[in-house]
Parts: sequence; C-alpha cells; structure tokens
Amino acid sequence: MIKPILRLVGVGSAKTVSDGLPAKETKFPLLVLISFAFLFMLAVIFVFADFLAPFDYREQDLLNRLKAPVFLGGDWKFLLGTDELGRDILSRLLFATRFSLLVAFLGTSIGAILGTFLGFVAAHFRGLVEEVIMAMVDVQASLPFMLIALAILAFFGSSFILFIFVMGIYGWEVFARLTRGMVLSANTDGYAVAVSSLGATPGRIYARHILPNIISVLIVQFTLNFPQTILLETSLSFLGLGIKPPLTSLGQMLGAGRSHLLLAWWISVLPGAAIFLTTLSISIVGDWLRDRLDPTLRGRQG
Amino acid sequence: MNFNFFVIKLVRALLTLGVVITFTFVVLMLSGDPIENLVGDDAPPEVVEYYTIKYGLDRPLHEQYFSYIGAIMVGDFGVSFSDDTPALELVLEAIPKTIQLGLTAFLVSLAISIPLGVTAALHRNKPIDRFAMSFAVFGFSIPNFFFGICLILLFSLTLRILPSSGSDTWWHLILPVITLATHEAGTVVRFTRSAMLEVLNKSYMRTAKAKGVPRRPRIQWHALPNAAIPIVTILGLRLGHLVAGSIVIETVFAWPGVGRLLVNSVTSRELAVVQAILIIVATTMVFANLFVDVMYSWIDPRVRTGGAADKE
Repeated sequence: MIKPILRLVGVGSAKTVSDGLPAKETKFPLLVLISFAFLFMLAVIFVFADFLAPFDYREQDLLNRLKAPVFLGGDWKFLLGTDELGRDILSRLLFATRFSLLVAFLGTSIGAILGTFLGFVAAHFRGLVEEVIMAMVDVQASLPFMLIALAILAFFGSSFILFIFVMGIYGWEVFARLTRGMVLSANTDGYAVAVSSLGATPGRIYARHILPNIISVLIVQFTLNFPQTILLETSLSFLGLGIKPPLTSLGQMLGAGRSHLLLAWWISVLPGAAIFLTTLSISIVGDWLRDRLDPTLRGRQG
Repeated sequence: MNFNFFVIKLVRALLTLGVVITFTFVVLMLSGDPIENLVGDDAPPEVVEYYTIKYGLDRPLHEQYFSYIGAIMVGDFGVSFSDDTPALELVLEAIPKTIQLGLTAFLVSLAISIPLGVTAALHRNKPIDRFAMSFAVFGFSIPNFFFGICLILLFSLTLRILPSSGSDTWWHLILPVITLATHEAGTVVRFTRSAMLEVLNKSYMRTAKAKGVPRRPRIQWHALPNAAIPIVTILGLRLGHLVAGSIVIETVFAWPGVGRLLVNSVTSRELAVVQAILIIVATTMVFANLFVDVMYSWIDPRVRTGGAADKE
C-alpha cells in the first residue's frame, strides 16, 4: 500500500523511477517548490486556523466597517481590512480556506471511493451490471456537471448535507471509467492469474493485489479532480447556492463582497486570489507529479 | 458512412436523454407536493382536489410518466409559478443571448488557441512555447468568476471604459467574452500543443523529412490534418464547459441568457423553468456529442471501419 505512494512523492525508490532514463538536471524546479510551500501553508491553515485567526470569523464590529488592509494604509488591528459588517477579513479568509478545502476534500474523496468501487464492480460482474454502470458514466460525462448540480439543488432545496452529496457525485465517473479499464486489464495479467490459481478469493485479489497496483494512477486522478472540486464549490457558493452564512467559504466571501467592489475591492479580490493560488499550485504540483510518474510522458519529452 | 456505427451512437444518445428525462421526473416526484407549493398548505381540501385532478396527479405513476414524456415531446414544460408564462417561452427568449455570448467566446478562443498551440509545438522550449504554456496554466486555473470580477474592477470601475453589466450594445459583450475565452483558450492551447507534438514525433513525419519534403508542406499536409483529429474531438466536448462557464459568467455580468435564468430559477425554485433548461441543454449537448462523433469518423476513416476501438 505505502510503496506506490512513496514512489509518487519521490521518496526512497527514486532509482526505479529514473531507470534507464537520463537524470533530470533540476529535481525541484523553483515554481514547484513555491507551489509546495504554498500548499504547505494551506495545510497549516487547515489545521491551525483557530490559533492563527486574530478574531472569530463571525465577530462583527459595526464601528469598523469596510476598513482598508494595512498595505492600503489601514489599521494594524485588521491586517487585511474588514468587510461590510466589520468582520476581520484575515480571520474570515483563514476559516473560509479551511472550509473550502474540507468540502472539496470530502467531495473528491467520496467521488473517488464511489467511482473506484463501481469500477471494480463493473469489471468484476461484467454483463448487465457493467452496461448499467457504464451507461450512467456516459450520462454524467455528457452533461456539464454544473447543470446537474444546480438541478439537484433546485429540486431539493439546498442544505449542507445535500451540498456535500452533490460535491461527492462530482467526478465519480472518471474514477469508475479508469478503474474498470485497469481492473479489466489487470485481471488477465500474470500476477492476478497466478494469485487466483493459488486459490485467493476475488475480494482478496482486488484489495491486496490489484488495488495497490493501480492506486498511483488513482491518486494522480485525485490531484486532477481536487482543484476542479474546489472550483465547483466556490462557483456554487459564489452564486449563493452552496455554503451559506453563517458558515463561510472562499466562494461565499467572494460572492458576498461583490456588491462592495467599488468601495472595498479587497473583500472579494482577496478570497478570489486565494482560490486562484490554491488551484494553481495544485495544478503545478500535479503536473510535476505526473511527469515524474508517467514514464511514457517523460520519454516523449526527453 | 457506416450505418451500424451511426445507429449505435444514436441509440446511446437517445438513451442518455431518456435517463435525463426520467431523472427530472423522479426528482419532481420526490421534491415535495407540487399542489402544496402552488396553493399553500392551509388551502381547503376542495381546492387541493381541484388542482390534483387538473394536473393529473391522481392517476397512476406510470400514466403520469408517459404523459410527462408526451408533454415534453411537444415542448410543454409547464408554467412559471410567478407569472404563468410558459417555461419554454422564458427559455427560448434567453437562448439567443447565450448563443451570442458563447459562440463569440468560442470563436475568439479558437482564433487565439489553435495558432498559439501549433506555434508552441513547432518551437518547443523557445520563449513562445513558455509563453503559451504559462497562458494555458493561467487560463486553466483562474476561476472564471474571479477573473470576471477583476476585469470589472479594472475596466469598469477604475478605468471606466467598458460596461460591467447588461447586454445592450456590442461593448457589453467584450468583458464576458474575454473571461470565457481565456478559460477556454487555456485548455485548448495545451491540448493543441500536445496533439501537435505527438504527431511531430511520428515516424511518418521522419519519413516525409527523409524523402525531402520541405518543412512547410510537411507541416501543412502531414502534421496538421493528423493533429486535427484529437483537436476536433476535444472541441466538441468543450461545448459543455462553455455552457457550464456561461452559467456563472452570465450572473457576474448580468447577461440575460440561459445561465442567469437558470441561477435565478434555482434561487426562487421555479422548478418548471429549471427542468425545461435541463432538458433543452441536455438535448443540445447530446446531439452536439453525436455530431462530433460523426465528424470524427468522417475525418478519421479508422473509426468507422472499426480499425480503432469504438468504445473509448
């Protein structure tokens, strides 16, 4: 289990990764390092938001409304200024980041687990089961998910649980399709045939032998889906249909700050920049990981 | 054109539509009592009964299902709660605006991204390639609503040279088109570049070089047509992203298209309008995908003769 993940991160088994290929001159390009640093910062915010935030994110201070950030000559008490209710933007930003990351992580994980499971089911049972699952994959893949999400939220009214559910069904089809394909080909591979002729049950083969072999591809897919889920969550919250006050997320802050653009642009631009930098760093790190992981890609570039 | 190939694709398209329509029917049934939504929960029983019979809600479920499908076939999606306008009418009113915005953005993004992607592939690791890739990453990662707001802040509120909302003149089109096209172009540049690189590394390109074909015709007649195949496919798929992108962008720029109508209808829970948009957009998407599949097999003979895999 742990080995493919280590290989993915590039720890320990660097030799197997670069077998037969010219050594890379720069292992960590500057941009990748900066992105890693930013992601590390996000992780710290995620864990320690309560300790880092100078105020509670709901605490209003009506005497200090729409204060400018320090870099625009504002008060040192509110480093990044305040919003229309006098809430400290830095504190809100920290909590919003935590919440957006949490929702996106939960959503992507649910989608990944569900999709992988259905992919295994499709590849195991074949026949009608496979047809039905793959038809569902086709349906979801042929429609923009934003539309499906809005329809579900319209029909059932938006609640937090439903919102997480909506985030969870986003992207499952990619995992289902990937897993089915890989399991089908793995089932005919030597190692799976060998273990099965030794008398291992299908469940054991899937969990102990095939899953560890395909998990690195699934993790790469996870890094591809994660920023997309962040964008979905922030878009929906931006429209006022996702996370709602008193909770906050980066999209919700951005959407709420829109009406004060002329007087206090920082209310919406700061969370927007946070979303952008987050998706950007995940993409850069993800690209870098893929390049290291996928030998065919590296061969083409080298 | 292979007949079987077309029939399989058509059946799949219709199946997808069937699933979407069934989905809307099921969620409509599950989403609460429509009569109660209509007349309020303290209405007298006679009124409730009147509406139940009027809308056929006393009939068995399968009968309701078929009459639902029948109604959709003739374009009857029900009426909007607030002013009794047929849902279809509201949607049809908004469609030209969305097409105007979406098509312009699509064409602008193609005009930028395809030449840029091809040039980047031909000049690998040169400054132009780096520029193209930076542009791609930027366009791909920046949330389009954030980009739109930045443009409004810069061009409408600070410089005061472009309008930020509405659709009265062509000037109103500029900012939403830039927003949508940047995101589109980011993805297509990257894809065009890698499709082109892949072709340039093929052995027939080496052969062409070896037999003395000059660089220009080599690229024009050997590389470009082959690189076009995956690019056309991805363009068809991008259509869906354009629709999804316009949902948010129309709201940001107060552009009176289908996207804004959808968001407003979701907010005010105008279910008839939401389902009309869902079904109409799904139909458009499914037939667009079908069209792309047919185009694809026309460009690439291997697909229709069964040389290449038909499933994925």
